[in-house]
Order: sequence, then structure tokens, then C-alpha cells
Amino acid sequence: MGYKQYILTCGGTACDSNRGIELFNALKKAVSDNGLEDSVQVVRTGCLGFCEKGPIVKILPEDTFYVEVKPEDAEEIVKEHIIKGRTVDRLLYDKSQSKVHVGVEGIDFYQKQFRIVLRNCGVIDPDRIDEYIARDGYKALEKVLFEMTPQDVVDEITKSGLRGRGGAGFPTGVKWGFAAKQPAGQKYMVCNADEGDPGAYMDRSTLEGDPHSILEAMTIAGYAIGASKGFIYIRAEYPLAIKRLQNAIAQSTELGLLGEDILGSGFSFTIELRFGAGAFVCGEETALLASIEGKRGMPTPRPPFPAVKGLWGRPTVINNVETLANIPVVILKGADWFNKIGTATTKGTKVFALTGKVNNSGLIEVPMGTTLREIIFDVGGGIKGGKKFKAAQTGGPSGGIIPPQFLDTPIDYESLGKIGSIMGSGGLIVMDETDCIPDIAKFYLDFTVDESCGKCAPCRIGGRKLLNYLDKICSGDGTEEDLQRMLDISDAMARASLCGLGQTASNPVRSSLRYFLDEYKEHIHDHKCRAGKCKKLLNFTIDPEKCKGCTLCARKCPVGAITGTVKQPHVIDTAKCIKCGQCYDNCKFGAISRG
Amino acid sequence: MSNENTAAVQTLTPELRAFIAEWKSKPGNLIMVLHQVQQHFGYIPREVAFEVADLLEIPLAKIYGVVTFYNFFKLQKPGRNKIQVCMGTACYLKGGEDIILELEKQLGVGLNTVTPDGEFSVEAVRCLGCCGLAPVMVINGEVFGKVVTGSLTGILDKFRNNG
Repeated sequence: MGYKQYILTCGGTACDSNRGIELFNALKKAVSDNGLEDSVQVVRTGCLGFCEKGPIVKILPEDTFYVEVKPEDAEEIVKEHIIKGRTVDRLLYDKSQSKVHVGVEGIDFYQKQFRIVLRNCGVIDPDRIDEYIARDGYKALEKVLFEMTPQDVVDEITKSGLRGRGGAGFPTGVKWGFAAKQPAGQKYMVCNADEGDPGAYMDRSTLEGDPHSILEAMTIAGYAIGASKGFIYIRAEYPLAIKRLQNAIAQSTELGLLGEDILGSGFSFTIELRFGAGAFVCGEETALLASIEGKRGMPTPRPPFPAVKGLWGRPTVINNVETLANIPVVILKGADWFNKIGTATTKGTKVFALTGKVNNSGLIEVPMGTTLREIIFDVGGGIKGGKKFKAAQTGGPSGGIIPPQFLDTPIDYESLGKIGSIMGSGGLIVMDETDCIPDIAKFYLDFTVDESCGKCAPCRIGGRKLLNYLDKICSGDGTEEDLQRMLDISDAMARASLCGLGQTASNPVRSSLRYFLDEYKEHIHDHKCRAGKCKKLLNFTIDPEKCKGCTLCARKCPVGAITGTVKQPHVIDTAKCIKCGQCYDNCKFGAISRG
Repeated sequence: MSNENTAAVQTLTPELRAFIAEWKSKPGNLIMVLHQVQQHFGYIPREVAFEVADLLEIPLAKIYGVVTFYNFFKLQKPGRNKIQVCMGTACYLKGGEDIILELEKQLGVGLNTVTPDGEFSVEAVRCLGCCGLAPVMVINGEVFGKVVTGSLTGILDKFRNNG
């Protein structure tokens, strides 16, 4: 008891895979080697968010923030920082800041962030329930069970303005209200932790860093709607999150916070895990339920909505991880506190996985209404390598591609909808001038075609047709008419598909045709890919002025398309060239150009 | 090790039988059972699927339907070293495709196939959630971040020689 200092190491997947576990063990060893076990505690926390610079080590109470720490640095941190009280300057984020700004407040990445969902991530040890409880954990559950009726809970959540963070933004309280109104009997509470967006890992980080917050929220929801059983549908690809959830369920059951007669209130609630198996369509509510039932994850038409007829035909509420993580805070701090954060239509905060061509990749949480510019340039630190910003993409394969003129759009459901994108679950991908927009649209279509369950024709056939057109355009065989056909198909898919996957699958195509039409036209008419990504459109030429005749390119060319004599300019035979780019990559004189 | 591909007929272990017995009465058990089976064998062997169908008293067609619907379930045994290349958006933008092409070239196999000696299999997978480390590749659970094509030979050698 009575530790004087805490060394927090990030135990998120990204840092773990960067020798984070080794680092944690090395720090523990260094602490015990120096006889400091009684005064210094080494804690493995959830994701600290700054994945770009991981593994992260944070020392409390002084709030020193070390980045890119290696296991070999452990001894020095303990010897210098802990024992001698001297900051290890070379491990600071900004080495020049030295002793002035060593903590989180000195790092731009954290300045515009506001943490509700991630309140405990990177602060507590997710494997210890007492640390969660010490941070007001399970207090909201206690308040709900003893001071509020189920209707009070539904009303409070409705009043808070909290909307589903899975993407569609349906008001959570209203959803709960539907299920609560159904006649008593078996009802179910389901947590959707099947995070399938490529380039998104918000939910996983929350589950890994703060599993108890989800259990607490599900129990509160169960009480509000009258359900006694909950399921967490989680991706099998998230082993660490699964392990932490299993551990958390065991701990809270042991303390009587889950199970029969919770805290002596008479209310009973149990939670079981069900594993997903890699099907993006299972993010769709009805498909998810089919999967929990052990079937192929195919969606069914709504109505009836799950809140009326869901799992095994019983009323079921499905909430996403991030939505649930908000619940305990809304209950404790009140709807009036919560609905002051954000914009007129969208309250609270949003967690984003900020990735792509941005300097600070990582997990961030910002108030709704923050602009894309603030996220990308202030939090994200701008574009990597000083390149030019080209586009941002929100909502993954269901979202749109946003051009630079909308950088000042405040993030909320409505304003993103207006510019042809969606909020989505929180993937935010930044693209620079070397990314080709038709190619990105093709990447997303490739994904949705692969993931379409095939049940309804607009999605199954429309998606395939769109992909074929994009293939054609990226190979230089596209025509002007293709563009119009793509728009027509997109429109039909959006209107006639059965579920959200098909309805939104054409968003990347629609938005890119709207904002980057000139780039499509360049591919079609000029057979040119300005980003240099579409290999079939590239033409490699050697500048005779710059070529020194070193013969390297001729030796590297796998098809013998380059000829020339030593010390004389070489020539590429375009008929033979397979556009592999070997010559371009290897030329030491910059004599080869592509375009 | 390499003759494992032609090894004797696979059959359910006592532990797997106990797991199935425990889950049999629970609705929606099939996917959980298949997860357990795949965890043990690395894939869903055909003969084991027959046994599962018998024990759960469901048609084999239903099992086949579920196994082929979900990306996670495999009908073919992966290589001794299982290479997974992330094709999430961040990794794609940062050259994930080049990694796959280079691996295919070096190993002489296409995606989702096993090298003739059973040593390696290459698979493109959905986002692994380490986008900060893009492009990412996983071999037997070990994560390699910020991979460049030039470093692949060295990485492969490390795994090739450890058996």
C-alpha cells in the first residue's frame, strides 16, 4: 500500500506487438532489482492512444510521458527518473522541451481531446476490478438499481441525447424505450463488439482498456429494458479483448455486481460472450442476431425491429461498445451535463482511429463539433512527409471520401451526411497526394463485394458491377458512359438494398465521383494516374540528359525492356515494359520519370 | 513435420467432445463449437465436421453453410508458418499490397495457398488494429510493423530455419 510513484505502460495491441510485454517485464524487473517494489508500482494499462509513438510509458504523479520506449530503456528509467529524479530526455516526445513540458499537456496530440469513453484507458489496470471501482466504477449501476426506476433510466438516457455510435446514430434512449415497452418476459441486451471496418480499432481499445465499463453499462441497460441476459458479440480476431472481458466477467460475478440478485437489489443479469467469425455484414443488427443464433449472418428485413422481435424472436436491444461506454458517465454526471457537450444535434464525444498518411496515428476522442482540420492538423500533427492533404475518409467502406474544401466541417451525424459521408464507427483515414481516388474507391468496393452476403440482388450484383467499372477505369479502359452508369447503379443500390451494407456500399463511389470527377476523367481520357498508383496507366521514360549509362536499370529490369551501352543513355521499350517500377525505384540519378 | 498434410484422419479429442456436450443444449452453439474445433486443428477438417454434425444432431450442410460464410473458418490446413498480411485501409495505403506481391514472388504461391513443402501459407486479412504500425504482417501470432519489402527475405528465413 501507499505507492509513491506509478509507472504506466501501454498494454494495447499495437504497443504489445512492439515489444510492449517485454518492456513491462523489464520495468518490473528493474523496479525489483533496485528494491523499489514497495514504493513504485508498474501497471499495464489499456491503450494510451498515441500508437504512432508506442510503446508509451507514463510516470505518475509527475505525468512524464515517454515515447518509443524499448525494453533496454527500463533500467535507465528506473535508475535516472525514479531514483535520481532526473527526466530521461532522449525518450521524451519533444526532446527540446526537456523539463518544461514533459507531460501530456505539452503534447499537441492530447490538447484538443476530451475523454469520456476512454476515461479509464491508459489509466487503470484493466485486469483489476478494484481499480475500476476506485474510479467511480459500478457507482452508476448502484445509483440505477436503488434510486431510479427502469423508466427513469430510459428517460435520462433519452434526455442526454446520446446516439448510437455504431454509425447510424439512432437515439439510444428511444431504442431502449421501444424494448422496455414490450410485454415482460425474456428480453436480451446485446453488445455489438464486431468491429469490422478496415482501419478502425476504437472498440477493441475500449474493451481492452476498460472492460468493466461495458459490463456495467450492459447491466444498466438490462435493468432499463427488463432483460436478464446479455451477450457480447465480439470478433474472434481480438483475443486480448476476449481474455480481458472473460476476466472482468469472473471478477464482477464474484463481487455480486453481475449474476443473481445484484447488490441485493433483486435484479439479476448475466453476460455471455459469443464470437464473431469475420463477416463485416454482422455489424448489421439483424445479421448479428442470426450469427449469435449460430447461423449464417444474413440480414432480415425490418420491421420487425429487434427491439420488438430480436434474438430468438424476443425483444432485443443492440448497442455498440462506444455507445455503452458512455452510459455510466451519463448516469453519474446526468443528462444535463452530457448534452452540453457537442453540437445541436449530436451530443457527447466521438472516438476515432486516426490513421493513414498522418503524423500522429492513434486513438483519439474529441467533442462532437470538432472540425476535421483540428483533428487532422492539430491532433494528428498534419500530413506525413510534408505532403499535401488530399482527402479524408470516414465511415470505412460505408462512408464517403471528403475533399479539402470541407476540412472545416464540424463533425456530427448531420453535417457529415450533408457532404456525402457518414459518421460510421470511427475510422478516419487520411490520404495524401500519392493516393489515387479511383483506386481507393476500388479498394472499398472490393471489400464490400467480398463481404456482401448475397441475399439481395442490388447489393450482390450492383456491387460487382461497380467494381468492374472501377477496374476498367483504373486499367485505362474506362469510358465517359461508365461514369453515368456507375451513378445509376449506386443510386439503385442505395435505394433498394436490404440492409445497411448494400445501402451504403456505393458511398465511396458516389462521393468520389462528386468531388474528384476530374481524376476519374484523367484516367479515362488521358490514361493518366496523377498519384502514380494505377500501374497499368504508368509510362516509364528515361531522361537522356540525366542518364549516366550506369546499366543498373537494365540489369534490374525483369523483362529486358531496357537497352543501351555503358556510359550512354539507356532507353525503355514501352511495348515490353510491364510497369513494375524496378528501374524507377533503383535509379540513383533520378533519370527515370513515370507518368 | 512436413508430412503432416498427409497425416492420418483427424478426429475429435476427448476435450472437444466434452466441449460439444457442454454446449449442446445451448441455442446458437454451432459457431462457438466450430471456433473450438478450428483452434485445435488450425482448420475445420472434413471428417471432424461429420463428427460435429452427428454430435450436435444437425445436417452437415448447415455446418458447411456456416463455415463457408465466415472468413475466419478454413477448410484447408494452413502452412506450418501462417503469414497474415493486413489489408485494412491504413495498411493498404502504406503498401500492404506490395508486401503480398513480394511474398507471393518469394514463396512462389498465390494467396490462400500453402507452399508445397507445407512450410508457409499466405493470407490477406482484415484490419488487425495496429494501424499505427502500418503496414503490418503477422507470422504465427508475432506482429511485424512498418514492414518494407526489402526486409521480407530476412523475416522469412528466420521462420524457415526454426523447424
